[in-house]
Amino acid sequence: MNPATLLLLMVAIPGASTIFIALSGAHPNRREAVTLIAAGLLFATVAALTLDSWGGDPISTAPWPILPGVELRLAIEPLGLLFGAVASLLWIVNSIYSIGYMRANREPRQTSFYVCFAASLAATMGIAFAANLATLFLFYEMLTLATYPLVVHKHNAEAIRAGRIYLAMLLGSSLVLFLSAVVWVYLLTGTGDFVSGGIVARVADAPTTGVLLALFVFGIGKAAVMPIHRWLPAAMVAPTPVSALLHAVAVVKAGVFSVLKVVVYVLGVDHLAEVGIGSWLVAVAGFTVLAASVIALFQNNLKRRLAYSTVSQLSYVVLAAGLLAPLSTVGAALHIAAHAFGKITLFFAAGAIYTAAHKTEVSELDGIGRRMPLTMAAFAVGAFSMIGLPPTAGFISKWYILAAAAEGGHSIVLAVLLLSTLLNAAYLLPPVYVAFFREGSGEMHGEAPAPIVVAQGLTAIGCIALFLFPAAALDLAWRIAGVVP
Amino acid sequence: MIADHLPALQVAIPLLAAGICAMLRRSVPAWALATATSLVAAAISAWLLARAASGGPISYRLGSWEPPWGIEYRVDEANALLLLLVAGIGAVVMPYARRSVAREIAEESHPWFYASYLLCLTGLLGMSITADAFNVFVFMEVASLSSYVLIALGRDRKALFAAYQYLILGTVGATFFIIGVGFLYVVTGTLNMVDLAARLATVEDVRPVVVGIAFLSVGLGLKLALFPLHYWLPNAYAYAPTVGTAFLAATATKVAIYLLLRFFFTVLGPSFPFAASPIPAIWIALSVAAIILASIAAIHQAGIKRMLAYSSVAQIGYITLGIGIGSEAGLTGAIVHLFNHAVMKGALFLLVGGAILRGGDMNIDALGGLARRMPATFAGIVIAGLSLIGVPGTVGFVGKWLLASAAIEQGQLWLAFAIVGASALAVVYVWRIVEAACFRPPSTEEFAEMPISMLMPAWILTALCIYFGLDTSLTVEVAGRAAALLIGGAAT
Amino acid sequence: MIDLTGTIEPVRAIHGGVVVLMVVGLYVLVARGNLIKKLIGLGVFQTSVYLLYIAPGKIAGGSPPIIADGIVTYSNPLPHVLILTAIVVGVATLALGLALVVRIHEEYGTIEEDEILDRDDPA
Repeated sequence: MNPATLLLLMVAIPGASTIFIALSGAHPNRREAVTLIAAGLLFATVAALTLDSWGGDPISTAPWPILPGVELRLAIEPLGLLFGAVASLLWIVNSIYSIGYMRANREPRQTSFYVCFAASLAATMGIAFAANLATLFLFYEMLTLATYPLVVHKHNAEAIRAGRIYLAMLLGSSLVLFLSAVVWVYLLTGTGDFVSGGIVARVADAPTTGVLLALFVFGIGKAAVMPIHRWLPAAMVAPTPVSALLHAVAVVKAGVFSVLKVVVYVLGVDHLAEVGIGSWLVAVAGFTVLAASVIALFQNNLKRRLAYSTVSQLSYVVLAAGLLAPLSTVGAALHIAAHAFGKITLFFAAGAIYTAAHKTEVSELDGIGRRMPLTMAAFAVGAFSMIGLPPTAGFISKWYILAAAAEGGHSIVLAVLLLSTLLNAAYLLPPVYVAFFREGSGEMHGEAPAPIVVAQGLTAIGCIALFLFPAAALDLAWRIAGVVP
Repeated sequence: MIADHLPALQVAIPLLAAGICAMLRRSVPAWALATATSLVAAAISAWLLARAASGGPISYRLGSWEPPWGIEYRVDEANALLLLLVAGIGAVVMPYARRSVAREIAEESHPWFYASYLLCLTGLLGMSITADAFNVFVFMEVASLSSYVLIALGRDRKALFAAYQYLILGTVGATFFIIGVGFLYVVTGTLNMVDLAARLATVEDVRPVVVGIAFLSVGLGLKLALFPLHYWLPNAYAYAPTVGTAFLAATATKVAIYLLLRFFFTVLGPSFPFAASPIPAIWIALSVAAIILASIAAIHQAGIKRMLAYSSVAQIGYITLGIGIGSEAGLTGAIVHLFNHAVMKGALFLLVGGAILRGGDMNIDALGGLARRMPATFAGIVIAGLSLIGVPGTVGFVGKWLLASAAIEQGQLWLAFAIVGASALAVVYVWRIVEAACFRPPSTEEFAEMPISMLMPAWILTALCIYFGLDTSLTVEVAGRAAALLIGGAAT
Repeated sequence: MIDLTGTIEPVRAIHGGVVVLMVVGLYVLVARGNLIKKLIGLGVFQTSVYLLYIAPGKIAGGSPPIIADGIVTYSNPLPHVLILTAIVVGVATLALGLALVVRIHEEYGTIEEDEILDRDDPA
């Protein structure tokens, strides 16, 4: 098939699946089969494209002009490919998990859940393969709107309140700051296309670039750089599969992915280094890394603890982007993938505990590892990856970021990273410890339903596999940094 | 042959139909006549736009009198787009009207309602097409008087008082306008807009002209509900019958805005450059105040139609802001947003009208359970509401993009922030509807969509909210040329 | 060809009257709560505009605009025609306004603005 058509299919498959899912709402089996088929097809498409793009020819769809000088276009680029591949692969696993979770917990409105989920994936794919800022912005907003119904899924007062925070922060930041920056870039350059080396280098002086960078970083609220992070813990009221795939992978990664895109392809790493404003980004991100970790320490609710961990981990990527070195760009890209596998495993485990034992607080986990050994083993693997211990994927990405910091002589950054590693261990290992080594209350329950266990096992294996066989991901990451190995 | 007379027929056909309609005694024939007339008017306007786009301005001499003595009708791309908008909205709204009017207005008043609507259509089309300043006034009063009637026919007795208030303020506005025209006439001795533009350039004593501009601005400001002259609008829109609200909200203020553009740029532009006057600064300040304060007011309304009405005041602020920026990009943005706002507000009022029809109450609370009771209506409201916010992929985004980039182009970054920042306020008021519709318990046991004859027109406009958000070749290109035309002066 | 747009001489006295009428009309419109008195104010206000238009139509030494031998200066008839139209519009507005007041009286039993507002939203 024509690569450009494949590119369109990437958005069209999950997009069209919403219709079929909605139509088969009365038949749960058929509905979930449609979801799984769509997820499978989507990943196959991404895989086919990945093979296709190895030739090196740039692949792009025909532009669809919406305004003079502004067009919608999809194109392939290594970072997007990495992000798209991770998201689509995890959608399959997450769908299996969803089936187990939603049925076991007898959640209401399941059809609307699957419809919105597929719509979110369509938007995510659009973000991953956007060829310019306008397209990115379009799908970025679509993703916010498509995930809103999932956040308020429970329809109770808490969910509605969380939904308000979610929308206000994400739509507010993007419509005010992000959009201004996008319009400005178009006006400055006459284009918003993502080009290696950036597009504003010749037209924006240092102050303008600085303001633009600030508008982008805070405008892209999905990256959850403090103080635009409150929406993420709020979104944890959603059912666990949503927290797992969307609020640990798709949505937040869309945020850091967008920041990375802007830094690499719009503002330009070299240009930023030239005007010397990368340190500002590093400072903000470094603060977020530490502050969010400290907050996570004090969260008793497991999902909230994981959410703050996500805030912290996202800023690793932003921080790495701010270091403005090829090595750090590789680290940032890898961390997108590594964190995705690790965090989804953790959320899967949290959801499994909730489904089997109806427990949500860290303090209730005593001894649970004996009744749910598989779940807690997966949790441990995820936790290792967060901390950055071998043999998990987190080790590799952290290694690259550390190396970049060391190479650039950023001793403060090194200190921040090491300190945060300790903090990561401090808030993620206790649940593992109490689960295995403390006496439980003797409740009678076993593992969660099979689909849940299978799904979390797969992602945990993914964490390890990415450590053992990082070649493909590394290859992509080096291409992003502009170095062909 | 007949094609040559289309500019006159554009106005004459609705006028004639209004007369016939007033003589009918039954509801259905009156409705059929109004619908057929609207469709014909829309077809004529589409043809005129095509002609004006390909062959340049069309000049039509009423009664074959030469301008400036006779009245000239002049169609260029600026007003052809407006004619299409007015007639097109009429053509979409009328099919909706039969069931809606049947529910909201007493049977014996139906022919009057349709006659008033047709007169209003006549007036609005006339205001748009004529090139004679006094003729504008006459058509303005035709449109206004009939719109007072349209509003007064609302179910609630508050509609009567709203109509009365609108009558007083509307008449004051029209009178201010005609005073302004009078001053221009006194110094130039002509009423033809093109001729006015030429003669104003030779005027030596500019004081009367300045006074005239002031009166004109205030008069039109009242008509287009420029903040703080918007006092009449919320009640008028809230209590008018749904069809009346949708039609007026989408068209009446827009025509007033067009006139403002015409006078500021075509008539006064060559001799009194807009940008060099103190008007833009005042205009921008008032527009920003409108955008922010009216949005905040919208958030605090309990009635859904009132909320949308305040939102209209805010959205008009966007349009006038574009005018205030004054550059070609600003005007393009203003014209595009004018068109787009008409589409999305028309859609919203029609959809909300359907919801009120079933819910029986105008309060936002009455929308409870709408998402399940009337899913198609609700979906439409969400899409049109997102347009109002300015989410990409919708028409609202296009307007805001153009206006924001016009502001940045002028180096006024803070204005761009105001433009996009007020979107956040729009999120709040749009989401009040969404939350009520999704999370409140159903306000009624009646789980039924509105009749298909109402749903279809509403959804046509809703679909246009998306269509014109993704394909802007009609709107942005025509608006761009219209802006160039206005700034360049139609005289040339 | 007759130059109907010839020299126009402003008539200051009439302009003074125009301003007075205008202000009186607007004052009544704003200050009075009685709906009929408001309409009277509106009428006065509109009348001032009629004068504003008609006054410049008079040309010093001009005769009525009927073509006759030996006459070179004519008054400008156009303002009269315009104002004839405006008067018709004004009458229509007044009629509609009064009709509305009648309907308001039927519904509310009063034509005082504050009482009407009171009856809709009793404080």
